[in-house]
Amino acid sequence: MTIAKRVRFKSWWLPWVLVAPQMAIVLVFFFWPAGQALFQSVLQEDAFGTSSEFVGLQNFRRLWQDASYLASFKTTAIFSVLVATLGLALALVLAVMADRVVRGANTYKTLLIWPYAVAPAVAGVLWLFMFAPSVGIVSFWLRAAGIDWDALLNSRHAMTLIVMAAVWKQVSYNFLFFLAGLQSIPKSLVEAAAIDGAGPWRRFWTVQFPLLTPTTFFLLVINIIYAFFDTFAIVDAATEGGPGKDTAILVYKVYYDGFKALDLGGSAAQSVVLMVIVIVLTVIQFRYVEKRVNY
Amino acid sequence: MSRKFFTATAVATIVAFSLPAQAQTEIQWWHSMTGGLNDWVVGLANGFNASQKDYKIVPTYKGQYAESMTATIAAFRAGNAPHIVQVFEVGTATMMASKGAIVPVGKVLADAGYKFDPKAYIPAVVGYYTAPSGQMLSFPLNSSTTVLNYNKDLFKKAGLDPNKPPQTWPELTLAAAKLKASGVACPFTTSWVGWTQLESFSTWHNTLFATQNNGFGGTNTRLVTNSPLHVRHIENLANMAKQGLFIYRGRDNRGDAPFYSGECAMATASSSTYASIKKNAKFDFGIATLPYYPDVPGAPQNTVIGGASLWVMSGKPAADYKGVAAFFNYLTSPEIQAKSHQATGYLPITLAALALTEKSGFYKANPGTDTAVNQMIRKTTDKSRGVRLGNMLQIRTIVDEELEQVWAGKQDAKTALDAIVKRGNEQLERFQKANKS
Repeated sequence: MTIAKRVRFKSWWLPWVLVAPQMAIVLVFFFWPAGQALFQSVLQEDAFGTSSEFVGLQNFRRLWQDASYLASFKTTAIFSVLVATLGLALALVLAVMADRVVRGANTYKTLLIWPYAVAPAVAGVLWLFMFAPSVGIVSFWLRAAGIDWDALLNSRHAMTLIVMAAVWKQVSYNFLFFLAGLQSIPKSLVEAAAIDGAGPWRRFWTVQFPLLTPTTFFLLVINIIYAFFDTFAIVDAATEGGPGKDTAILVYKVYYDGFKALDLGGSAAQSVVLMVIVIVLTVIQFRYVEKRVNY
Repeated sequence: MSRKFFTATAVATIVAFSLPAQAQTEIQWWHSMTGGLNDWVVGLANGFNASQKDYKIVPTYKGQYAESMTATIAAFRAGNAPHIVQVFEVGTATMMASKGAIVPVGKVLADAGYKFDPKAYIPAVVGYYTAPSGQMLSFPLNSSTTVLNYNKDLFKKAGLDPNKPPQTWPELTLAAAKLKASGVACPFTTSWVGWTQLESFSTWHNTLFATQNNGFGGTNTRLVTNSPLHVRHIENLANMAKQGLFIYRGRDNRGDAPFYSGECAMATASSSTYASIKKNAKFDFGIATLPYYPDVPGAPQNTVIGGASLWVMSGKPAADYKGVAAFFNYLTSPEIQAKSHQATGYLPITLAALALTEKSGFYKANPGTDTAVNQMIRKTTDKSRGVRLGNMLQIRTIVDEELEQVWAGKQDAKTALDAIVKRGNEQLERFQKANKS
């Protein structure tokens, strides 16, 4: 890793031209919207943008004064940790099992990858239907089992519902990477461990899992970002943040305030806060967690 | 290819494409109607298009109410808004405050030379969409109100008289208890909790929901929904929830489906559910007025308006507005109005349409369809004309959030209503500040 191969270009402009398309995409789709969010976050506008007033940090101040906004940090933390850990653990188990399957492996893999192609809103509706108090098939079974399932009024049930939907949606993605990671581990290492008398459990923890840490680390970062940004459609379709505000995670409020309540300034201020949180989290992950990764 | 040739081709192409537009002016109409109501909207456009040659109304479904409003705002900011957009009553105050973005319908009609007579319209309907100056701001396409739907078959099973629906809340509670005893799992539910149990509840009892006549008097309005009467009602519902008499089935219109399926025996809902119940219900159903508390003086007054209206967006060529006016004039004709009212369960907007429907014997043939009309078409008071507040969408969500905690038994009625007033007023203050002019 340390001796990087250096390519020398004869002309000074060619490297710039070669990275230009990628840079253009990053600028247009990442930096420009981020700049827009920063700009909007210090404005107060009416819905149609006919009047626009510079209000400084007022949109941010309003957020800190809103007790429910502060409470949604806790909700978001619980949700993100649950989605990331459950999503990774479940995908790892599935990947290890799929890796061992000999017959019909492709069928299993295809079925496991399938949910990734489902749009988040559709995933939300799907789970909502299965768990709807009056018509849902699963809630019917739960009631038969003596559990009074009501995601409309019981916040634990509601949180369970959106975590399940979000994990289900992301598990395929994690699965793909874990499976690829497992398959790139040289067979000879695992076989050598087997000859030395290590059982499957031991082989996994001492040989395969350490070699999977780069994949796990990458997926951890991606899953946290997914839980923070990509899940508003699931929440919107399944619970609308209810009961009360008990499943209103930060990104759902960004979506609600911006696209339903048409409060662009407030919504932009929240995006900026969210952006800062994710930047900080990613930096922490790279600083501390990455040290424990074996490349 | 020479540059000259290229230019010539380009010009030719542009001319070719713009020719049909010159022959007939297209008017874009964005709406949020689905299912049978979408057919109705398309039917209205086709009817108008067939009636003349100069204009063509192009209706486009742009998602649910909140979505189509967001789409309109984005389009307006990008400079290509539609001519006409259907906005739900919740967005009315926002649209009214956006003076640069809209053209008052009264002005569109007057500029095109149509006689605009406010007296021809039903006051409770058109008053909601009228500015303090008397100018009609938007066209009330589909207005509904709150009613109590009930399942006659389940009433019979419970030993209740199917032709005597509960008139008051105490009667409704008793009926719910009897229904529960007869094995009904969901005796009573509701859709649109904020609209049916607080807004319409207030006007029905001639009690203010917010100061400044529920927002009609200006943007310095504040919520007063924590009055003893409101607390009493929410407490009553909370008790019903505890006893399993009131089953909460979710926000917005989610309470409608369990009534259609026969699971819930009674449901307060929009009068526009009529078409869907008629289509879906495999049981005999009745439509009753919203229950009230008989000891409250002035109750029952009138229920509050819901539904949506058509707004005209600014910045279009003058000729286009003539087409818009012609279309609205077409929609106002008593025959079209009466037909719409009878097909959809929405209210008629003109007195002529109401008279025509009465004369046709429609109400006699379809008992209950006149409930909404009778509840709305009364002399309104300043307290009951309607509820027109800024940031209403957020206020409705706040009501949902706080009341869900009541139904779950996590907080009492008074705490919830105080929180609604406090959080709602923050929204109203912000709206007032953003719309100072």
